[in-house]
Amino acid sequence: MWDYTDKVKDYFFNPKNAGVLNEANAVGEVGAIACGDALKLMLSVDPESEVILEAKFQTFGCGSAIASSSALTEIIIGKTLDEALKITNQDIADFLGGLPPEKMHCSVMGYEALQSAVANYRGEVWKDDHEEGELVCKCFGVDAGLIERAIKMNKLTTVEQITDYTKAGGGCLTCFDKLEEILSNANAEMVAEGLLAEHEAYRVGAADPKKLKEKAQAAKAQAAQAPQPQPQQTLTQISPLAPMSPLPPPSAGMTNLQKIRMIEEIIEELRPHLKKDGGDCELVDVDGSNVLVKLSGACVGCQLSSVTLSGIQERLMAKLGFPVRVVPVGRNAH
Amino acid sequence: MKPVYLDNNATTRVDPEVVSAMLPFFSEQFGNPSSIHSFGASVGAAVKTARGQLQALLGTAHDHEIIYTSGGTEADNTAILSALESLPDRNEIVTSKVEHPAVLSLCQHLEKTGRAKVHYIGVDSLGRIDIEAYRAALSDKVALVTLMWANNETGTIFPIEGLADLAKEHGALFHTDAVQAVGKVPISLKDSSIDMLSLSGHKLHAPKGIGALYVKRGARFKPLLRGGHQERGRRAGTENTPAIIGLGKAAELALAHMSEEQTRVKALRDRLEGGLLQRIPNCFVNGDLHDRLPNTCNIAFEYVEGEGILLHLTRAGIAASSGSACTSGSLEPSHVLRAMNIPFTAAHGSIRFSLSRDNVDEDVDRVLETMPGILEKLRALSPFWTGDDKGGKEFKPVYA
Ligand code: FES
Repeated sequence: MWDYTDKVKDYFFNPKNAGVLNEANAVGEVGAIACGDALKLMLSVDPESEVILEAKFQTFGCGSAIASSSALTEIIIGKTLDEALKITNQDIADFLGGLPPEKMHCSVMGYEALQSAVANYRGEVWKDDHEEGELVCKCFGVDAGLIERAIKMNKLTTVEQITDYTKAGGGCLTCFDKLEEILSNANAEMVAEGLLAEHEAYRVGAADPKKLKEKAQAAKAQAAQAPQPQPQQTLTQISPLAPMSPLPPPSAGMTNLQKIRMIEEIIEELRPHLKKDGGDCELVDVDGSNVLVKLSGACVGCQLSSVTLSGIQERLMAKLGFPVRVVPVGRNAH
Repeated sequence: MKPVYLDNNATTRVDPEVVSAMLPFFSEQFGNPSSIHSFGASVGAAVKTARGQLQALLGTAHDHEIIYTSGGTEADNTAILSALESLPDRNEIVTSKVEHPAVLSLCQHLEKTGRAKVHYIGVDSLGRIDIEAYRAALSDKVALVTLMWANNETGTIFPIEGLADLAKEHGALFHTDAVQAVGKVPISLKDSSIDMLSLSGHKLHAPKGIGALYVKRGARFKPLLRGGHQERGRRAGTENTPAIIGLGKAAELALAHMSEEQTRVKALRDRLEGGLLQRIPNCFVNGDLHDRLPNTCNIAFEYVEGEGILLHLTRAGIAASSGSACTSGSLEPSHVLRAMNIPFTAAHGSIRFSLSRDNVDEDVDRVLETMPGILEKLRALSPFWTGDDKGGKEFKPVYA
């Protein structure tokens, strides 16, 4: 088990300020269940003085995620919003007597939730990690903005540290080159600003920052033009130790109706493919994150129906940007 | 309070009888079994007895079908590399998506270095192998089929004998990683089409650092380690005598307790499982209820993350393990649960309880008393847990 300080353990076993704050006037939500952690931070802010009167949290995540969230609330209660905004993820970790390196991303999540809550209070849209710059790590949905911030705030100088602080690179590692590039560029800037000694800076072999930027922009333009077609996954091609299918940014703020319409559309798009193989699929109902479908034709009783289902599910998640479960109903359900 | 150990699929306590069987071989009986002189001879005789004990557990037909290794991982690696080398005109491997990393990582490596083409057969939501995909992957290009007998995380059992028969039709070698199955389910290799089988000592109350690879007489084999005539030249290196003796004793005990695994241990497991499902809303069993190891119970608790549960259990003196990411050092849910398509809402909160003949009724009571409170506490913290689910809307797992 992890090497947690007594304070982390204490804040995990006896979390302070856990639960729902009904009279909250500032709410920040970050993370996603698919990534294994998520945090909802609720604040009650005095409109006159902008002092944080009360703070509560709800966290889905490991022990240190819960402890970090609780610690954050303790730190910010009584502070003004401006004071609170100065708090860094390192402050949260320090408050807890330190976190294991692999768990630093838990403190980053706390930092992000706070930024998001304050933005919410001020009626701004906080640019959360999914909307800032290019999506770098698909496994964990981490973009360039978050990575850069983590590097600068915590003086990171290795790719491993980036994984510890942001989770980026913790899966398939196809983003490794990109992480290296961001790291060396950020470090170069930090050296220029006198924040980092020359010899500490990370450098990729012969990385010409200007060229790298051009390359990145070109890639971005290309990506914007042609949405990458999801390669058709077949049973035997996908190695099980490979990362889970990348989730694009969650389509935030979708109403239920919009969600259902979108699901309908996606399934309509898929039907011709299924029909070609003598099968068919019909949307029956959407119940929360469960998408109920009826399979017919060759899909019924087909030994591979679980494959069909997971294909549909994968497609839905890729397009919707949040996890759903495709549930077969009727004769074919098991 | 007495600690409760429910992580026997990770490792087991060495049986005291095994310890006492081993002890003399650390001291007076130090001879090298391969030596001719009398120091070696008596040790050689003891190793022979141990070999016989293990053969009995596996139901082998002949002597000299067992090669001692340093453990399950070495046995798996030896089997896979040996098959590729022995059948040079075939370069494909068929395995599954839910194998132990000892098999998967090597397969990926072989794939990456261009030494083999690998078919990873999928499983359904209960963890059962996709037979049609398996049949389709078999051909005369396949050198080796390697499939686990029982899954370490969910306990789901593959119909290994039947799968081996199918492989034989195509002339492929068949290997099974039976690390979790040996000692828990009856095995008889003599009439099977299984060419190779891996096992590990510390999963069946023998010490760590000893394992074995069964190689059927007549099956093609190439050694992994060269440099000595031990194990008839099939695995060089001086024998780990005390551990071999220990594994023999453990095999004898496992055989003697086999029916207990199938009855008393299974009953304990079922009471644990039923009790948890009954006391805690929104949880379900991962794995195939009909064909599963008698000692394993893997339950997904929705809307919570596994590490939190384990921390609370640890504080209560209960040892279990999680199928989730955070505790294993990697950040993603287990590849087994992912292959089974367990939704994220549940995969992160999956806990494995694995029992052994060391467990007693009180152990189960302790877990049943402790778990509901833990879940209540953690779910109150979870932003995904809406009180509505409590009682009101009934949770209907699709895979039950
Ligand atoms: S894309 Fe970053 S780890 Fe997979």
